[in-house]
Amino acid sequence: MSAIADSPPVVVLAQAGKGYWASVWSRLIKDKVAMTALAVILVIVLAAIFAPYIAPADPFKGSMLRRLKPIGFPGYPLGGDELGRDMLTRLIYGGRLSIFMGVLPVLCAFVVGSSIGIFAGYVGGWINTLLMRIIDVFFAFPSVLLAIALSGALGAGILNSIVSLTIVFVPQIARVAEAVTTQIRTRDYVEAARVSGAGAFTIVRMHVLGNVLGPIFVFSTSLISVSMILAAGLSFLGLGVKPPEAEWGLMLNTLRTAIYSQPLVAALPGLMIFMVSISFNLFSDGLRSAMEVKQ
Amino acid sequence: MNGAGPIVDVKQLTVDFATGGGASVRAVAGVDLTLKPGETLALLGESGSGKSVTLRALMRLHPKSARFGGSVNVDGRDILAMPAGDLARYRGKIVSMIFQDPGLALDPVYRVGDQIAEAVMRHEGISRAEARKRALGLFERVRIPSPDRRLDNYPHEMSGGMRQRAMIALALACRPKVLLADEPTTALDATVQIQVLLLLRELQRELGLAVIFVTHDIGVAVEVADRIAVMYGGRIVETGPCADVIRNAAHPYTLGLLASRTGHGAAKGSRLVTIPGSPPDLTNLPPGCSFSPRCPRAIEACRQIVPPLVVTGPGHAAACIRVDAASVALSA
Repeated sequence: MSAIADSPPVVVLAQAGKGYWASVWSRLIKDKVAMTALAVILVIVLAAIFAPYIAPADPFKGSMLRRLKPIGFPGYPLGGDELGRDMLTRLIYGGRLSIFMGVLPVLCAFVVGSSIGIFAGYVGGWINTLLMRIIDVFFAFPSVLLAIALSGALGAGILNSIVSLTIVFVPQIARVAEAVTTQIRTRDYVEAARVSGAGAFTIVRMHVLGNVLGPIFVFSTSLISVSMILAAGLSFLGLGVKPPEAEWGLMLNTLRTAIYSQPLVAALPGLMIFMVSISFNLFSDGLRSAMEVKQ
Repeated sequence: MNGAGPIVDVKQLTVDFATGGGASVRAVAGVDLTLKPGETLALLGESGSGKSVTLRALMRLHPKSARFGGSVNVDGRDILAMPAGDLARYRGKIVSMIFQDPGLALDPVYRVGDQIAEAVMRHEGISRAEARKRALGLFERVRIPSPDRRLDNYPHEMSGGMRQRAMIALALACRPKVLLADEPTTALDATVQIQVLLLLRELQRELGLAVIFVTHDIGVAVEVADRIAVMYGGRIVETGPCADVIRNAAHPYTLGLLASRTGHGAAKGSRLVTIPGSPPDLTNLPPGCSFSPRCPRAIEACRQIVPPLVVTGPGHAAACIRVDAASVALSA
């Protein structure tokens, strides 16, 4: 007893708080799955960006004599496609369009959808009901069908598929944004801000955005993989990228005929889509759990 | 303090909430309140008695469905008629508020110091560095240890008591004249509660604040208040100087509250005294005194008219037509 009393008082110094994102990152970095996924994404994205420097051949130069070569054929590390073009080169180049079409529609939808959702959620009342019921109409269609219908109506092409994919994702993001905003709006700290004289704009900018963007961001990263698969699907159906561009979905389509002669080569673009989209999914899962430990 | 007029003057305040289908609930039914600078008033009452609604009316913090009647004057301004822009300048600067649960009232994604600095910058247009200096001063004032480092804390890195201190610092950031406290100690540990109460009392004296303290805990009210106003069913049923209300309670409801306290003197195993019945349903109040269905002294006349406040002593009034009978019968 006296030993305890005599021991010098332990001085616990208050830790200066680590930034929120810094603490999220420190948790994320311990998550092996998320980190592996991030590494896969980074490698493929970097390869796509620097494609001209690392691809072994010209993605458009074919050879009628060397069509549909198997994996490991001299000069064709991953085989050749139906026009005798080097598969490895085209897979590297294909990442450019495929990832672009995975990320850009989600980014556009993130901006548009969260604006609509936050506005609807913060304003509330009949405006909220009106906007959300309109949004609900889009949910009546399966997203694949909606993307195909919109692309079909707008016409084939990269820009049009990006537009149609954006339209597909806007309602989904808007709904999450609205749900989170409605929840945040009634929190005491929003009222506390109002009590200290903050106007609606300040409250939205500081307290709503600060608390809403995180969850929407996580949700959006999980949409990237969906967007990639949908974009590939559109290209596969001839509604997206046009030949001879290299794009994984389109490559899957053109190699479809070779499924019996060179099944492994024909499956490669699909494998790429699978790897990248699952990596995005796993990474967004990791991000979610790293961000959840907030309070 | 000096002979100045009241800083808060509420007259015949009524607050109705639309409940859908054209119906409405009268949460506050004609409340009169005055508060002089430097005075502390405790609004005492159970859930649904209208104490928080009254408090919020001083800030006009109600949803659009709320309808106000009567007048609310704070610092010579009519709050109920104030345009939105003035209202934003008034909130925080003249009147400010502390919430029940500091864990919910501080934004989890911002450093506490930044939240205080933000409020100061909003009202006074000073630089961030200046505002931070002010926040540091406030943290010292509310006795947060190592205040410089604590300013950079996120709310979840603080303990409950410290968060409430930070919340008090935030409320005092723009040197308000009136501080509203909505059960500020309810969410805290008993040991922390008394510290926060003492701190509030001290700050109130130092800064000459007028404080309205909403609580359902008579012990807390006695600790902090100069005057007590007891609310029941949306009305003030008894008001007077703190000690006087406790010693010479006149309204049967106040007497019931006092009798149902868990005192140290109560014998172990003895049953707690309670007020029979349950809190009134605001959608369906009895026509006369709303306490009459639960009142041991109620007579037929109680069910006919709403009793007016009757003066029972200096500054002490109770809304009961049987004031004498009640105090004699129940305090005996």
